[in-house]
Amino acid sequence: MAISRPVETAELPVSSRRRQWAAAVLDFARRRPLGAAGALIVLLMIGVAITATAIAPYDPLAVDFGAMLSPPSAEHWLGTDAFGRDVLSRLVYGSRTALIIGFGAAFFAATVGAVLGVASAYFAGRIDLFVQRIMDVFISFPLIILALAMVAILGNSLPNLIVAITIPMVPRAALVIRSSALSVREMPYVDAARASGFGHARIILRHMLPNVMAPYLIMLTAFLGQAILAEASLSFLGLGVQEPVAAWGLMLRGAAVQFAETAPWMAIFPGFAISLAVFAFNLFGDSLRDALDPRLRTQ
Amino acid sequence: MWKYVVKRFLLMFPTLIGVAMLAFLLLRIVPGDIVEARLMGSGGAFVTAQMIAEERAQYGLDQPLWRQFAGWMWGLARLDFGRSMWTGAPIGEEIKLRFALSLQVAVMASVVATVLAIPLGVLAALKQDTWIDYAVRIFSIAGLATPSFWLGIVIILGFLIIFRWLPPMVYTPFWVDPWQNLAQLIWPALAVGYRYSAVATRMTRSAMLDVLREDYIRTARAKGLWMKLILVRHALKNAMLPVVTVIGIEFAFLLGGLVVTEQVFNLNGLGMLFVESVARRDYTLTQALVMLTASAFIVVNFLMDVMYAWLDPRIRYR
Repeated sequence: MAISRPVETAELPVSSRRRQWAAAVLDFARRRPLGAAGALIVLLMIGVAITATAIAPYDPLAVDFGAMLSPPSAEHWLGTDAFGRDVLSRLVYGSRTALIIGFGAAFFAATVGAVLGVASAYFAGRIDLFVQRIMDVFISFPLIILALAMVAILGNSLPNLIVAITIPMVPRAALVIRSSALSVREMPYVDAARASGFGHARIILRHMLPNVMAPYLIMLTAFLGQAILAEASLSFLGLGVQEPVAAWGLMLRGAAVQFAETAPWMAIFPGFAISLAVFAFNLFGDSLRDALDPRLRTQ
Repeated sequence: MWKYVVKRFLLMFPTLIGVAMLAFLLLRIVPGDIVEARLMGSGGAFVTAQMIAEERAQYGLDQPLWRQFAGWMWGLARLDFGRSMWTGAPIGEEIKLRFALSLQVAVMASVVATVLAIPLGVLAALKQDTWIDYAVRIFSIAGLATPSFWLGIVIILGFLIIFRWLPPMVYTPFWVDPWQNLAQLIWPALAVGYRYSAVATRMTRSAMLDVLREDYIRTARAKGLWMKLILVRHALKNAMLPVVTVIGIEFAFLLGGLVVTEQVFNLNGLGMLFVESVARRDYTLTQALVMLTASAFIVVNFLMDVMYAWLDPRIRYR
């Protein structure tokens, strides 16, 4: 496997370990150019998000009524919005919102899903059947109602938004990870752990979870893009991040559609940002999946 | 076989009841109810606590929760959804036209997706790791990445700026003027269909790749069968199962899940109705809509499972 850490790494001196990592990265780039391109865009985006204060030409919240709806120019590369705010600066800061929500929701969804999936497979029988039914309910429940209700109940702060996006993704992770965990449960080392008298929690967390890392990482990367898309849709509906915070979906809402004909840059660029980000995460995720587990090539 | 079908059929009911309970509870945890939503609209002046209580009693909202739930379940069991709290009209009447619109867009999007996905997916699988495969993969990954609602905005903008023309924004039923109807609905169908086709293309490609590695394909080629015949008769036929599954599941999602795209195209479909009914705290209508979309999804899943079991005997009696 191109990117998994070799077992003997621990005994090697630091410099050679680093060289091994570099070789693994190069190998991944050579074999999967699309995935490497995706990873590069993701890294660029993370760089932009971290250095936003330094690279954004303007304050993303600075209102300038003298320059409302001005087209792209030397001062405002991507134009300004209905409040005269610089679109490029808002895009740059918006990457922070997208990444926080993307990584936050993907991490929680995949992790909670993994624990549920593994526990469900481990306990089997009635508990498994019960957990599966609950997951079925959440999968068939209309996402938008779930999100509407979560936001109405919890309010739309950033952490609550992450929760609202996480909940519908959990059952999908649980389903996939449960099916891998079913075969892990039959492994002799799980029997051995049980025979040694370890508790359920220890067997699940220490013995089974590490062995479903491949599907876990696959779900995690797949969720990254989906979470960013979900955030964009919710913000567009007015259920996500609230003004004046810079967020890509929010930039498409209201004035962007209202003035779309006279100021199309307001509607075009944030959409490009969303698509490019999700595109990059998907490219990387796809290649990672092919590298980690060829059986899971589908979807 | 029948044992499996019956067991799988019965398993739908716990899920449906779970969905009903979740919808019921969520709606009641959300702050505010229909009476407050209504009074908010009328300005809220001169409202006494007694008036509010009387209004609530009229909708049965003063009853204990379990009784409200039992009443609703009893209605559902007789396929009686009740009346909309907001308009007072029977739910069936409220949903009928909206459903027809959403159904039509979903069907059109499925056609767009299928027509694009199957040739592209097969082509990519046959030319695996060539530039054709890469182009198809990039096209389909981009489809997954582009928000449908934004694609809708871009489509409308494109027409407006390049052709100075707007697609019709007022709904005309198909039987009144088919041309006008299609001229309006084809654009949302395309906007949604792109993402949908991306999902189906990827599934077609990977299913074809799996099938092409099977022994019987090698045998067929060794026999000297014509490649086209092998593709259609042997490969495509066997690769279709997972493809039909994703098409079915995406279709079920589309029936209730077009909320954002409907806003962009000003379509009065189920998605809009969903948002309106939640905003008005119209419990009966929202609950009916949740049950409708969830059962569409659950039934499609059931049919897919049965189809799998029927076509592939190894799956039965899990």
